[in-house]
Amino acid sequence: MTSTDQTRFPAGGVSTPPAGHRPAGRASRRAETRRKWYEIVGLTTPAIAVYVMFVLVPMGFAVYYSLYRWRGVGPPTDYVGLRNYTLAFQDPIFLDALRNNAIIVFGSLLIQGPVALGIALLLNRRFRGRALFRLLVFVPYVLAEVTVGIMWKLILVEDGTFDALLKSLGLGGLVQAWLADLDVVIWTLLFILTWKYVGFAIILLLAGLSNVPHELTEAAAIDGASWWQTQRHVTLPLLGPTIRIWAFLSMIGSLQVFDVIWVTSVPAVRSLGASGTMATYMVDNGFFARLWGYGNAVAVILFVISFVAALLFQRFILRRDIEGAITRRAN
Amino acid sequence: MATNPALSPSGQRRALSWGTPLTYALALAIAAVSITPILYVIIGGFRTTPQIVADPAGLPDPWVWENYARVLGRSNFWQQAFNSGVIALGTTLGVVVLGMAAAFVLARYTFRGREGLYTFFTLGLLFPAGAAILPLYLMLRDLNLINSYYAVILPQVAFQLPLTIVILRPFLSAIPRELEDAAAIDGASRLGFLWRIALPLSRPALVTVGVLAFVASWNAFLLPLLVLGDVNLHTLPLGVQSFSSQYSTDTAGVLAFTSLAMLPALLFFTMAEKQIVGGLQGAVKG
Repeated sequence: MTSTDQTRFPAGGVSTPPAGHRPAGRASRRAETRRKWYEIVGLTTPAIAVYVMFVLVPMGFAVYYSLYRWRGVGPPTDYVGLRNYTLAFQDPIFLDALRNNAIIVFGSLLIQGPVALGIALLLNRRFRGRALFRLLVFVPYVLAEVTVGIMWKLILVEDGTFDALLKSLGLGGLVQAWLADLDVVIWTLLFILTWKYVGFAIILLLAGLSNVPHELTEAAAIDGASWWQTQRHVTLPLLGPTIRIWAFLSMIGSLQVFDVIWVTSVPAVRSLGASGTMATYMVDNGFFARLWGYGNAVAVILFVISFVAALLFQRFILRRDIEGAITRRAN
Repeated sequence: MATNPALSPSGQRRALSWGTPLTYALALAIAAVSITPILYVIIGGFRTTPQIVADPAGLPDPWVWENYARVLGRSNFWQQAFNSGVIALGTTLGVVVLGMAAAFVLARYTFRGREGLYTFFTLGLLFPAGAAILPLYLMLRDLNLINSYYAVILPQVAFQLPLTIVILRPFLSAIPRELEDAAAIDGASRLGFLWRIALPLSRPALVTVGVLAFVASWNAFLLPLLVLGDVNLHTLPLGVQSFSSQYSTDTAGVLAFTSLAMLPALLFFTMAEKQIVGGLQGAVKG
């Protein structure tokens, strides 16, 4: 990872020119340096330009547009200061969206985490056909969000397949208007999101498990530890960093979730606040209702919430992985 | 390594023992939950809408091909598949070329500001890209790019660059210095080294980032939804969405369309599973 040039010269080494390089006349060295900089600039500029232009610049514009009342035609002129922001926090539908995002963030962590851990531990056992099972578990993760949304919409339709299945199992009493009942829909969506993304958690955890040295689990087994004891006291503590990185990615994804919500829940349900998230609220108001200034204010709020959450997570939780790797095992 | 059956040779007899019945029962239950809904959609496409209404959870009786034939006969479907393909390939190409160039500099050149530039790119991983979709739309509109393939390709390349660079840089750094020196002795410039040695050597990593970019682009919905208003430019995800709302009473047709739309992703996944899984794992480890 560190500079390859430095590894060539051990600390305090004599700075003779590296073997393969051209003889170092002062003029030719200067030409060499200039050429190096041309290459650096030439090779990185396209990437930097695209990245700055399409990732960073738009966010700056969002801040600017958010200070105006603007329908998106002509340049914005009706300056309203921070009014769009105060309006957003006074709109019960937006507050509902915040609550829905919170349900999805914490629901995903609390449900997907344990479920994925259990499945990953199971699929990490050695048995015939394990590779096939791993493949099948990952499939939902590769499907497009839209496909997944429409698929579940068809399955969960009233008097549809899922209801029929429940009735045939004698559980007809549980049948709900899964995607229309205002109190139920967010939990249905949480279930669909879990179904879609748990495979991602499993992939990461299996990678983490494959890094657990085999000698450790074998040693525990030789010392008479049961499979459960081995998982609990050897494997799990070593998985900490993987679990935290997954939690980070899951959190960021949940804060921005759009596709599945948009496709699966009808606008009427969303507009009542039962299922919308910050992202669907932003697109509904900014793009489709053409309240561009207001939509951009929501974009800034969404951005700030996600970015602050990411920074805090980095600062307080991921950081422990670097320090804690050794110190935490000491006690 | 030894715990991964896909990699370990069959010589490891212990790896191939039959698990306990409980292990299998659980594994089967999990597999059933993850693929039954998908099978339901595919098989449902072989039924008629009256069949589905009469018995939502039944099997096709008789099997009908008509729904699939109808969807495949629509020029829309092929147009959308073509658009998805062009956009996904364009995105992949852009990501691989720009990402490789930048990662090569970040890995093989020593210069002031190098780590700063790397951090600048990695910041993109923390950056909630979805939040910027409205101003991005406005910018693309001002650039007159709305309703063109570029409106999707360029931002997707930008979104995908941080992950690409994070995966490629350690890979390029790991190429031994001796190879570069040897190339220099043979008269190759650094660019010659990039082209003749670094590029062929990093093929596995390039395939991984390419596959990740392709899948992300193929499945993308929000950006195309906003910038591709022209139905002739619609991608498959947009097509599935509009077909399902336009023909919502034709349940069997929607099931057939949905299965055909997910078929490429399923095929692609089975072919490139190692790259996708390896890439996601590598991104986290890196």
